[in-house]
Order: sequence, then C-alpha cells, then structure tokens
Amino acid sequence: MSLDDFYRQTILDHYQNPRNWGTLENPDISAQDANPLCGDEIRIDLRVKDDRVEAVRFSGKGCSISRAAASMLTEAIEGKTLDEVKQINRDDVLDMLGIELGPVRLKCALLALKTLKVGIYGVQQSWPGEEDEG
Amino acid sequence: MKTLAPERQLDFASIRKDFPIFTQMAHGKPLIYLDSTATTQKPFQVIEALEHYYRTYNANIHRGVYAIAEEATARYEEVRGKVARVLNARSPNEIVFTRGTTESVNLVSNAWGRKNVSKGDVILLTEMEHHSNLVPWQILAAEKGATLRFIPFDGRGKLDLSGLDALLEGPVRIVSLTHMSNVFGTVNPVAEIARRAHARGALVFVDAAQSLPHIGVDVRALDCDFLGFSAHKMLGPTGTGALYGKREHLEAMPPFFGGGEMIREVKLEGSTWNDIPWKFEAGTMNIADTIAFGVALDYVERIGFEAIAEHSRELVSETMRLLGEIPGVTIYGPSPAERGGIVPFTLDDIHAHDVATVLDHEGVAVRAGHHCAMPLHRKLGVAATTRASFYVYNVPSDIAVLAEGVRKAKKLFSK
Repeated sequence: MSLDDFYRQTILDHYQNPRNWGTLENPDISAQDANPLCGDEIRIDLRVKDDRVEAVRFSGKGCSISRAAASMLTEAIEGKTLDEVKQINRDDVLDMLGIELGPVRLKCALLALKTLKVGIYGVQQSWPGEEDEG
Repeated sequence: MKTLAPERQLDFASIRKDFPIFTQMAHGKPLIYLDSTATTQKPFQVIEALEHYYRTYNANIHRGVYAIAEEATARYEEVRGKVARVLNARSPNEIVFTRGTTESVNLVSNAWGRKNVSKGDVILLTEMEHHSNLVPWQILAAEKGATLRFIPFDGRGKLDLSGLDALLEGPVRIVSLTHMSNVFGTVNPVAEIARRAHARGALVFVDAAQSLPHIGVDVRALDCDFLGFSAHKMLGPTGTGALYGKREHLEAMPPFFGGGEMIREVKLEGSTWNDIPWKFEAGTMNIADTIAFGVALDYVERIGFEAIAEHSRELVSETMRLLGEIPGVTIYGPSPAERGGIVPFTLDDIHAHDVATVLDHEGVAVRAGHHCAMPLHRKLGVAATTRASFYVYNVPSDIAVLAEGVRKAKKLFSK
C-alpha cells in the first residue's frame, strides 16, 4: 500500500478536522481509555435520549489513525440506538478507515470503539479485535 | 560537522555487506535500519554460528562426556571468558549468563534484594530508567516496604547530581542506573556516582544494555557491583545476555532459579548449591545463542569500541544538523559529545506513529512511542517521541533519507 493510499484524503480530513470534537456537559455516558503503547488517550461522551445517541463528543490525543477512527465512529453512531451501537464491530471501523493495518496500528484504530463499548456496557466485554472470531 | 575520512567511510559501508537483511527492500526501497537501540541486525557470521551449532555439535552442556557435548561445553564456556575479558572482569566466574538485561536486573532484585533489602530501606534509581530497571525494583520495594528515590534529569537529558548527597542519605542499599539512556543516549557518570554511593555503603547496579554495544564498559573502572546487558543489542541473537557481579556478592547471594545444573548435591529434604557462576544458571541455558553471541563479540571487537563510538558521534552530529534544519523539529537530549548513537525527536504536534509510518514508506525503520520509558516521557510532557538510533552498518546517507522523510511527514500532516 502506498503512502497516499494509507493516508487517504478522508483520513487526513478527519484527523485535521475531527467531527464531534470536545466534551459534553453532564453526559449520560462518559468513558476514557488510553493505549499505553503509544500514549494515545481518548474520552467519549454520549447524551442518550429514548435509548438513542442524541449527541456524542470525543477528545484526547492520538495519531492520525486513532483520531480519524474516533471521528468517523462518532459520525456513525449519531442517532443510532444503543443496541445498534453495540452491533458495531472491528470490521465496521476498518471499513470506515478503508485501509489495511498491522497489529500495532490496529490498536490505534480500535481504541475509540473499545472505549465506546466500555462506556455502553459499563465494563469491557472483550477487546474489539476478538469479538468476531466466533 | 567533522566528516568521515574516506577510508573509514569505506569500512562502514562495507560492513553493511555482512548483514543479509540489507538485501531486503521495505516498501520497494532499500531498508534503512535506524532502530538498533531496540535490537541490532545480525551479521552472517552470527547467523552461521547458530546453524553450525545445530548442524554439527548440538548437545547439552556440562553433562555429556562424549565429543560433541564436550565441544558444546567448551564453546559455551569460551564465551564466558570472552565476556569477562571485554568487560574487564577479574574472572569468568563473575559472569552469569541470563536471557538479557531484564533478567539480569530481576536476578539481582530477587536473589540479592530479597536478602539485603528490608523495611524502610531505600533503593535509588534515576528518572530516565528503562522499565526493565524500574519495575523489578518497584516489585521488591512493595514486597519489603522499601522506598524508591530518583535522581532527576535536567532539560538537556542529563542527570542532575546536585542533590545526590541528600538522595544517598539514610539506609540506601543499592543505586541502580543506566549507563546510557535508551531515549536520550546520554552517557551517565557512573564511576562518579558509584564512588559516592560506595562511600555511603550502597551497592551499584549498572544497566549497560546500550552502553556496552555503543561505548564499551570496564567494570573495574566503573567499580560497579553488578552490571547487566543483552546480546541482541550488539549483533548477537535474542534471548541471551549476562550479569556481571563482583565475586563476593555472587558468592553471598542465594540462587534465583532452582533446577538442574545449579546444584552441588540434591537430597529429598534439601540441596546445596553449585559454585558461581553456575549456581545462577538453572536448567538448560541458551547454548546456541550464547555461542553465536561469542561470534558477535568477536565482530564488535574487530571494529573496536572506540571506532564504534566515534562513528555514532558522527552520525548523531549529522542527524542533529539535518533534523535541526527542519522547522518544527524538537530534538531531546545532550550534545553529540555527551551521548551515544541515539536521537529522539518530535515534529510539531504530529504523533510519532504518523512520522514513523511516513518514514516506513521511505524504507526507514525508526521507533515511535515511549521506548519503555513512560515516566521519562511524562516528564518531557510528550506522549511519544520518534527515535532514530544507529549502529555499525549505518552510513551518513541514511541520515539524509531520514531527514527527507521527516520533511515529507511535515508536508503531509501540516494543515
């Protein structure tokens, strides 16, 4: 994969202009996590009304892949029911990014999803990479 | 910048031919390997030594009386002698083979530490330690109720010794520190710290994982009590390395692992221990890799530690010069004269992973992250740095490709 294919225009766009950036006041759900390997940190806030994601914000620091993945994920879950959000898996995130990732960058890409699931379930069910094995 | 003499340049360029990995391409470009601090590449001589052992004299050591067992034992013990000579130890018996630096630290923190450190005692470390020279002491301190203290580093990545006397006050049992930082490349004044520590009755452990490959060490000149290093960071295979310990300490220490070979006599109720260093080498050791490490040591010695250190300084100067010309680049650590072949940097607020990915597409392998030194990065106020590090197979043209890649990353990610 060439560099231009890897850093596709949409990834750079989401990195430089992250959607739903910031925090919510009194969020119904708020979850934070970090990737100790690269120092990435993320916080995701949700406002939930009638079991639907009414508003979502994320903040933190991270590489282009982790930030773009978080930005795309927040766009994807806006207006969705929590049950629909629970269905989102690792392949959905990789489809949004549209690139192939090695094991290290995979963790960058999945940090937002992992954090979101911890927020919704209350506890981590499994690492997002493991859940669609079966 | 001082330039390499043409004949020296030729030497280091021809050294690269000994390393089969450099016939590989990365993303269609020649591999430029700038991550030797993590692990070095291996010359074909080392790779062949591994194969030679397995093909011709594979046998367990110290047991069989048949020819190939005796050959394996002789070759293995020969490496112990070589290591003792390279470190300037008093005897090969002061050299214990381990899996590497991490195991060497853990051997001392367990075998020496559990006997000699008790509640209220102090273990003095520095703020720039690799996790391998921090976490084992944290475990020991938690078990014993001991306290950890830290020698701070300053804005240039050098240890600030102004408060050392105060840090050495009280029941300080051991000072454990890196000889050369794996992040800044800073070479620490270990001999001076050891002198002052000994004056207060503390022992000194030296993490030589970076210093032995890059500048060489002399355990008697440093007057350290223990020293650990890894073979794979100096052209040798992974999974082997050694602990140096002064004879009197090794003699007084209980074993670390129990098992075969480390015993003198075993009864069902209890056992007595083998002589040093075998008292600490339980089970079948990493015979092949240790023998191949002997070949790596020969290779390094043929080039010479002084030549390696000078080569590193030249590459560091060139890196600091070329990267320093790029706006937005921040280089951490001291001057080239005060460090080994390591240059960590950041580029604006672009994450180190992104810099490293762009460089990867140029064929350049660098490390991006906290380099197993999270407290150090926390103090710097950055989550991660990109680190270029060098060894004998690197040449100045590698640095030009690095700098060009960094410019490319800047262009790609700037808004």
